[in-house]
Amino acid sequence: MDEKDLELLRILEENSRLSADEIAIMTNLSTAEVENRVHALEAAQVIKRYSTVINWEQAGNGEVSAIIELKVSPERDYGYDRIAERLSRFRQVKTLRLMTGTYDLQLVVTGKNMQEVSRFVSVHIAPMDRIRETATHIIMKSYKENGQTLFEQQESERLLYSF
Amino acid sequence: MRNFVSERAQAIPPSGIRKFFDLALTMENVISLGVGEPDFRTPWNICESSIYSIEQGTTSYTSNKGLPSLRDALSRYLGQHYNLPYTSNDEIIITSGVSEGLDIAIRSIVDPGDEVAIAQPSYVSYAPCVTLSGGKPVPVRCTEKDHFKLNPDALLESITPKTKALIINFPNNPTGAVMNAGDLKAIADIVIDKDILLISDEVYAELTYDSTHVAAATISDLWERTITLNGFSKAYAMTGWRIGYLCAPKHLCDAALKIHQYIMLCAPVMGQVGALEALRSAEEDKNSMVNEYRLRRNMIVAGLNRIGLPCHVPEGAFYAFPSVKQTGLSDVEFAERLLKEQKVAVVPGSVFGEGGEVHLRCAYAVSRKDLSEALGRMETFISGL
Repeated sequence: MDEKDLELLRILEENSRLSADEIAIMTNLSTAEVENRVHALEAAQVIKRYSTVINWEQAGNGEVSAIIELKVSPERDYGYDRIAERLSRFRQVKTLRLMTGTYDLQLVVTGKNMQEVSRFVSVHIAPMDRIRETATHIIMKSYKENGQTLFEQQESERLLYSF
Repeated sequence: MRNFVSERAQAIPPSGIRKFFDLALTMENVISLGVGEPDFRTPWNICESSIYSIEQGTTSYTSNKGLPSLRDALSRYLGQHYNLPYTSNDEIIITSGVSEGLDIAIRSIVDPGDEVAIAQPSYVSYAPCVTLSGGKPVPVRCTEKDHFKLNPDALLESITPKTKALIINFPNNPTGAVMNAGDLKAIADIVIDKDILLISDEVYAELTYDSTHVAAATISDLWERTITLNGFSKAYAMTGWRIGYLCAPKHLCDAALKIHQYIMLCAPVMGQVGALEALRSAEEDKNSMVNEYRLRRNMIVAGLNRIGLPCHVPEGAFYAFPSVKQTGLSDVEFAERLLKEQKVAVVPGSVFGEGGEVHLRCAYAVSRKDLSEALGRMETFISGL
């Protein structure tokens, strides 16, 4: 991992649809070298996958997301790992993190509607062994995802010419 | 009625691009590579701290020199980043943009009849500011052959017994040229030998892509005879905030301060608060903008060379300066027809003085998407010639 790799990662994180040719021009690398480096980063699992930031609210699919916080009793020898890995297997769990503070784990869960999300939490998550407490927060509106603002911003008016 | 306009005001030429500006305003879907300012918004932490300070009632004059906290922070910043030793109390003045810094620097040193050498192509204000002080601007031509660095021989030729000062601006607007320590040393030797003063406008210092910026005042014994100008506009995307600074040894700073206190009193306080926050917390924002400019620089240089507008690699600022010689058009004709026929705005190089003719200034402070689109339109234009 060198400075050029980091540069490639920054470029791809912002827009993964750029072609190797385009990236080559921007970074002063050859197209082949860009391809080789990206393949190496993929093979090393530094690049996990290429995805798209979607404004689902705009797309109108009506899905509901919730942030769920869990207090968990850690296991001897395993800490939080085994229960976290178990929770990760659920398709509905989009994001899962271990945190400091009042709660231990934080999940982002999505479902078709509020009923589905609450059923998922009450049937699958809350009764799990070692989970002592849950707090569910339904997300009402998303303003920014992965560095991308989702609301309309006014274009600033620049002069057409200035020195 | 008499003509009340002073001879000095009459002597200043009108803007070289007025007609382009008026023409562009009547058109839709113009992509402008004609702007000399970042396309980014000011980082929000800077805006927010300025807004908060207004809410707290920070709306008064500041000391003439500027907020002590800002000067302290600048003094440290300049020392750490550029090895420039300027004390916050005596050697820094916060100005209303570099434009004001330039004006008071020139007014504080130029007497009627003095000659001031100006490395050109250059920013358009230098010569008029010299004229307004009763001085005589003397262009020193920088050429494509030297990648638009200031050539020591050309400088020597332009110096006469009347020469009081030299104005340089590297990284350069409009050429993107950068001077390294060796380049500056050759200039320093002449400046010291001929006993003239140096005004170094380093507003694009942070936008240096392939090396580390070298501040002119750190070379040889230049410090004692250099006025360093810089500001927040370009590096932090703060053009509208109008915050610059003038740094010089105490006796020069004191002279500039006398003029500053009468004509400006102080730079706007909300801008100064924003500038302080820029130094405290916007390093990352600045770095990511600089990275983005570097990528675009590589895009535009490759694109211009590909479509038949030869272009050296500009190592700083956010301008490419290609030649239109091969097209057979003058820079003004090219820029005018490109605007009319393909709706791309660029600035003809001759506007920037000697050495600028048959070149275009293309600012790449636009999104990559607009940059690609502009290059495509320019290619269409050239293939139709």
